[in-house]
Amino acid sequence: MSRTPLDTVEHAAETPDVELPWAELGLKKDEYERVVEILGRRPTGAELAMYSVMWSEHCSYKSSKVHLRQFGEKAPQSDALLVGIGENAGVVDVGQGYAVTFKVESHNHPSYVEPYQGAATGVGGIVRDIIAMGARPVAVVDPLRFGAADHPDTKRVLPGVVAGIGGYGNCLGLPNIGGEVVFDACYQGNPLVNAGAIGVMRHEDIHLAKASGSGNKVILYGARTGGDGIGGASILASETFDDAKPSKRPAVQVGDPFQEKLLIECTLEAFAEKLVVGIQDLGAAGLSCATSELASNGSGGMRVTLDDVPLRDSTLSPEEILMSESQERMCAVVEPSKVDRFLEICDKWDVIATVIGEVTDGDRLEIFWHGGKIVDVDPRTVAHDGPVYERPYARPHWQDALQADDANKLPRPATSEELRNQVLQLVSSPNQASKSWITSQYDHFVQGNTVLAQPEDSGMIRIDEESGLGVAIATDGNGRFAKLDPYTGAQLALAEAYRNVATTGAKPLAVSDCLNFGSPEDPAVMWQFAEAIRGLADGCLQLGTPVTGGNVSLYNQTGEAAIHPTPVVAVLGVIDDVARRTPVAYREEGQLLYLLGDTREEFGGSAWSQVVHDHLGGLPPAVDLERERLLGEILISASRDGMIDSAHDLSDGGLIQAVVESALLGDKGARLVVPDGLDAFTFLFSESAGRAVVAIPRSEELRFTDMCGARGLPAVRIGVIDGDAVEIQGEFVLPLSDLREAHTRTIPALFA
Amino acid sequence: MTARIGVVTFPGSLDDRDTQRAIKLAGAEPVALWHKDKDLKQVDAVVLPGGFSYGDYLRAGAISRFSPVMATVIEQAKSGMPVLGICNGFQILTEAHLLPGGMLGNDHLHFICRDQKLKVENAETAWTADYESGQEIHIPLKNMDGRYVADERTLDMLEAEGRVVFRYVVGGAFADGFGNPNGSLRDIAGISNEAGNVVGLMPHPEHAVEPLVGSGRTDGLPFFTSILKKLVNA
Repeated sequence: MSRTPLDTVEHAAETPDVELPWAELGLKKDEYERVVEILGRRPTGAELAMYSVMWSEHCSYKSSKVHLRQFGEKAPQSDALLVGIGENAGVVDVGQGYAVTFKVESHNHPSYVEPYQGAATGVGGIVRDIIAMGARPVAVVDPLRFGAADHPDTKRVLPGVVAGIGGYGNCLGLPNIGGEVVFDACYQGNPLVNAGAIGVMRHEDIHLAKASGSGNKVILYGARTGGDGIGGASILASETFDDAKPSKRPAVQVGDPFQEKLLIECTLEAFAEKLVVGIQDLGAAGLSCATSELASNGSGGMRVTLDDVPLRDSTLSPEEILMSESQERMCAVVEPSKVDRFLEICDKWDVIATVIGEVTDGDRLEIFWHGGKIVDVDPRTVAHDGPVYERPYARPHWQDALQADDANKLPRPATSEELRNQVLQLVSSPNQASKSWITSQYDHFVQGNTVLAQPEDSGMIRIDEESGLGVAIATDGNGRFAKLDPYTGAQLALAEAYRNVATTGAKPLAVSDCLNFGSPEDPAVMWQFAEAIRGLADGCLQLGTPVTGGNVSLYNQTGEAAIHPTPVVAVLGVIDDVARRTPVAYREEGQLLYLLGDTREEFGGSAWSQVVHDHLGGLPPAVDLERERLLGEILISASRDGMIDSAHDLSDGGLIQAVVESALLGDKGARLVVPDGLDAFTFLFSESAGRAVVAIPRSEELRFTDMCGARGLPAVRIGVIDGDAVEIQGEFVLPLSDLREAHTRTIPALFA
Repeated sequence: MTARIGVVTFPGSLDDRDTQRAIKLAGAEPVALWHKDKDLKQVDAVVLPGGFSYGDYLRAGAISRFSPVMATVIEQAKSGMPVLGICNGFQILTEAHLLPGGMLGNDHLHFICRDQKLKVENAETAWTADYESGQEIHIPLKNMDGRYVADERTLDMLEAEGRVVFRYVVGGAFADGFGNPNGSLRDIAGISNEAGNVVGLMPHPEHAVEPLVGSGRTDGLPFFTSILKKLVNA
């Protein structure tokens, strides 16, 4: 077999005119010229491979960087933040010596091409980010968005995605405690598969991705490297889908959750014995990313012998090895005296581990293959000095017309009969219907610390069995609101996640986000993106919850049609004693129901306008973050002092949706009276923000209303837990059995 | 004095820590056992916990039965040591021929995780003495391959000898935990060996031992108090 001569650094210097396939690898002409300028010669094939993946949109954030800076510039003062943006995941102090790391990421494009593996490896990737910080993963959440529920392709994508998340997460032993499932035709060709994970560690166990200490060894461990996922980040996640191009299936990785489980256990054992100087997981851009990031974050250089990388396919070229996104691999930097023990632990767990290089005195990343030097670069130029674009942005010409198309003017139900029917229509619509057919495919019991899981307002995990210390997480996003007004929409997502955490009794501490948008090359999309970030950064500053990290997913668009701008916000909270948590379900007949907050005629982007009128227009509900903070404080105090037995935040679907959910979960009905100053329709369907419904034992009523009165939070008594129906006095009575049938039948009928 | 109850950790075990916690809550001493180790550290009983022991890509439990630790477990189980197999542990016990029959994929082809209603059919085994015969309990269930199958003669034998220990309760709303969740023959959720010292079941009693976490019920705790009493009084 004849081979072309090895493209070494020396060879590259001698053959400046060789044409390289930079365009096929996703680089623009000026980006390629910049690489040549940095190196002072043409890159070798291996160097080109590294720059092309690391400078991709997915890895370099080249379109989003200039906007993302606001999260740092506007960061609120917070004592809780231990590690901020820029590391694998942010780390938050939750007290008693514990630190929690959490992050949300996207795996949108792979999940459309190959739903099962795309979603599965999304879980795998986020979990490796968590272990790379030194933490034991304790839970996962999955915010999902699909095309129209009744579209035939949704029936291909959704079951595959759900099975993939379950198949991978269940096998890792991580409880799945939260997330969302949303349907909207705008996601038809671009489903959003976001995955979040939480990990717990002691303060002293925080690890960072850096290679320091000349002579320290670089160990690659985990799965062998194969040909899967080559170009996943650069080709798949950084371009729009186009029917004319060939299938991208080979660019999707294949997951092996058992291997990942072994990786978790042996990594944590190595951490416990203090064997690790620095660590990095291999995700997007594989070894290219891990070696260049470890080297550029550390103090020295790095020398790697690529021949030592264990391969699944011996015919792989060095370029392919550098670009492969084979899953379940990690890279650790270990002092020479500790290498033997590290390898021993890997052997105990039957994990392949190989020394592939070492940290050097210099400042170069050098990679060798068959004795020749094929990479010689300043690692910073690969990992951090990628291109930065000031993409043009402009408020779209259609924005005014969209906002003028006022949802408050849509025809409203004229009779009690019509109102009743619209309630049934709402609670049985795919977006509002019970998702238990989906969530019952996820293990939420494993590890034995799950206090709350879907469909609760937030997932809650106990992290200390003695003290009862726990953490809560909620993820929220509403693309319809963000489409009407991206600035407000992003703040509404933040407000809802914040409220969901507080509703369960936990104090919101920090934020992670997954920003899903269309093509940054479209100025209208770029405007949505810029506005959403501005809104989120301003909101986080006001609420005192710093953004600790996150992920940007662009190019979620097919042809000219972009998805709704969809910032998904995760809020992490802490609760001193999980025994004080507040669940959604009604617990006891006779308890009083109170509506907290102000209800206004706000129907723009509402579930009602979508379900009943298939309409999107007007303005989203107004945001008042000071009110959100006050509501949160009241909910947390009430939970801590045992004043409320149930609480549910009001969001999409409004009050009636919340009441129906609480009633069905507790199997107890409710009798409601429309409060003075409101009509029944607005009372039931408005989606005004900053509201919750709480159930109060009669003995606590006075104490609770006094507290609300003193703090200035509107609280109005709307009814009582009673019977086996939801009754709106003077309007209608809906038996729980009818509501349960309507609420639970929809999703299985579509997908089972 | 208390009893020492071993919990085997295979590389893909997931509920080993939960099981240890349940044993502790019941008042016994949990002892961690490692799959590569033949030594059972003089434990009085063994639990094979849930999980995906070696990934279970072949057939759940098919590889585990050949592990070093299982050689000793099989030997000691045959001479009367109490052994409980939960979920993957149950699958391993059938693969090891300590219990008859086997498990296939759920009839609906999906993973299922829910709080399942069970009827205790036999309250006389080493692991169920703290229940009443005929008692109905809620125990979390979570599996992909939970459909119990055996030939008719074996099923008849199990019934005749009182070796069906748990059955799924059918005849109520699925949302309330009723119903056969996986297509198991004769609604069988758990069985025992002839001597009653080896019990396997698909649902997870270790997830129902504290009111605050898991299913929020404590219906699973009697598994662990049953064995403790038996061992301490022995």
